[in-house]
Amino acid sequence: MTLTDNLGRGDRSRQAFLSRSTLLTSLVLIVGMLAVLIFNALPDSNALHVSGATVALLGKYFTYMLLALAVDLIWGYLGILSLGHGAFFALGGYAMGLYLNAQTSPLPGWQSIMSYFPVAALAILLAPGLLALVFGWLAFRSRVTGVYFSIITQALTFALMLAFNRNEMGLGGSTGLTRFYELLGFSLSGEGMTVALFVASGMAVLLAFWLCRAITVSRLGRVSMATRDAEARVRFIGYRVDHVKLALFVVSAMIAGVAGALYVPQVGIINPSTFAPLFSIEVVVWVALGGRATLYGALLGALVVNYLKTVLTGAMPDAWLFILGGLFVLVTMLLPQGIAGVISQWRGKRRDHEGGRDRQEQQDRQEKQEASA
Amino acid sequence: MSAIDSTLDKSSRLGRLRELARPDRVFDFMAPAQSPVDVRHGPILYLEDVSVSFDGFRAIDRLNLTIDDGELRCIIGPNGAGKTTMMDIITGKTRPDQGQVWFGSRHNLLTLDEPQIANLGIGRKFQKPTVFEALDVSENLELAMAGDRRIWKTLLARLDREGQARIDEVLETTGLTSERYRLAGVLSHGQKQWLEIGMLLMQRPRLLLVDEPVAGMTEPEMHRTAELLTRLAGKQSVVVVEHDMGFVRSIARQVTVLHQGSVLAEGTMDEVAGDPRVIEVYLGGDEEEAA
Repeated sequence: MTLTDNLGRGDRSRQAFLSRSTLLTSLVLIVGMLAVLIFNALPDSNALHVSGATVALLGKYFTYMLLALAVDLIWGYLGILSLGHGAFFALGGYAMGLYLNAQTSPLPGWQSIMSYFPVAALAILLAPGLLALVFGWLAFRSRVTGVYFSIITQALTFALMLAFNRNEMGLGGSTGLTRFYELLGFSLSGEGMTVALFVASGMAVLLAFWLCRAITVSRLGRVSMATRDAEARVRFIGYRVDHVKLALFVVSAMIAGVAGALYVPQVGIINPSTFAPLFSIEVVVWVALGGRATLYGALLGALVVNYLKTVLTGAMPDAWLFILGGLFVLVTMLLPQGIAGVISQWRGKRRDHEGGRDRQEQQDRQEKQEASA
Repeated sequence: MSAIDSTLDKSSRLGRLRELARPDRVFDFMAPAQSPVDVRHGPILYLEDVSVSFDGFRAIDRLNLTIDDGELRCIIGPNGAGKTTMMDIITGKTRPDQGQVWFGSRHNLLTLDEPQIANLGIGRKFQKPTVFEALDVSENLELAMAGDRRIWKTLLARLDREGQARIDEVLETTGLTSERYRLAGVLSHGQKQWLEIGMLLMQRPRLLLVDEPVAGMTEPEMHRTAELLTRLAGKQSVVVVEHDMGFVRSIARQVTVLHQGSVLAEGTMDEVAGDPRVIEVYLGGDEEEAA
């Protein structure tokens, strides 16, 4: 457990935006992205060449990482377990889908305004944001917490799935939106577009990571962690817990919306199955596996699980869900802090070794103080 | 004039509306934490005829209680006497079925919720020590520090020199200076209790409600807590709910005995201890006390 790490000495770097883990995560993201670009630019004959298909796959992983980040922000740092974050992802996706459809043929009625990119970009943020605002306002004001909140988020995404399945919605019914050809005037089919979307998704992950980091190291971030651990105490100190929750929930929903918007042009389709409760639960599994309440853990979890999924659904498609379930059970039982927990434990041990002298000094000082008292 | 205004008019709906529209007045929830509490006309806390029942059980039964500014008051009573429920009512967690609760002569606490009441200057310590275990000691104090609690301000808040000095001061008062960088989760039980009292001090409250501060403490820890609480009285009003008679005797000047949701006796410790009704409640055939 993190509590007993380092003999319970608080990690002061938590308060600084530029901690070692922030720098390292940013560096890995940037270097990884550059490496993929360089290897992609190599000629086909080269052994290190990364194909366009792989780049597209990695771009999709980036959008999943973005979604995992959104879930971790509210689950890891605020203790709100949303089992319906797929809904915000899908809403962002539908907004993007409408825009893409509008490029080929004019859309009917109100949807025609979605042909302008600025309007679409706004809708990508506002559709999930407003839903989160209304839903969160109702839930947090009535102090719906814990498992009850999780259940109603499931109901929310399920209800939206049913609604989007109806043809009357004008959003493609159960087929959803497809037939995308152009984005911002460029063809979606070339490899150049694949690379551009990969870069855009990677940048989005980086920016969202910095945003989440800035929030979690601020005083607001500490209030949110305090809310997670002792909500009543926070309220009696004078913070409006419902406002804190609402603010972070809306930010999280918007990040999820952006993730969905970047996802849609890369996979070429958005349909109501993205609203399926199962998808939202899978996202939670990514975060749990990676390690909640560490932002890099969420990124890592999304990447690892989705890579496994790609490999294993190819090798043994029937077994995948069992493997995912098994992994979840194993991690929950053996590694409650996820992969990130293992990393920090390992780092903590090393630091213990180096920092032994430091702690001895502190102890001495303490004893002296007690003796003089 | 203004005193009449606020006591008479506020109770009626129209009066409340007029109160809202008064241009010279800052809303309670927007005012800074040390918003002026008007104690010129009497007590800092005033409960009149308060009753509340849960599923037919009368937890508080026509309770009257007055706390003066700067007073240190102990409230004792057997289990189920309504001590914690009373605190819940004062801090806005529970709404009474009837009665009045005023903070100073200006603030009707029944119209406010928990954060508003906290920001007016009523701090509360829970029975079970409740600190933020994943944060270190000084961060715990920083969060509790009086200041602007709005989202945006909290996001951009920086700890300035004045705030740092205030934290140092409270660390000193509570004797936690050497623990400042330790996580609150690994503190001993007694240290957690002091940290929680320290967090209350950071709020700069006018009134402190302290629920069973010495439960589970060792003898020396108890002495330090007694010293801490007596030092606070005078600057702040302190209400202590406690079971431990020895501890109450060591700090109390005024003692109120609660029994079945209302006041049974009030006075100095010796007066109260000699009261036959109190003796009966505490010694005579009360199974709960024996258990």
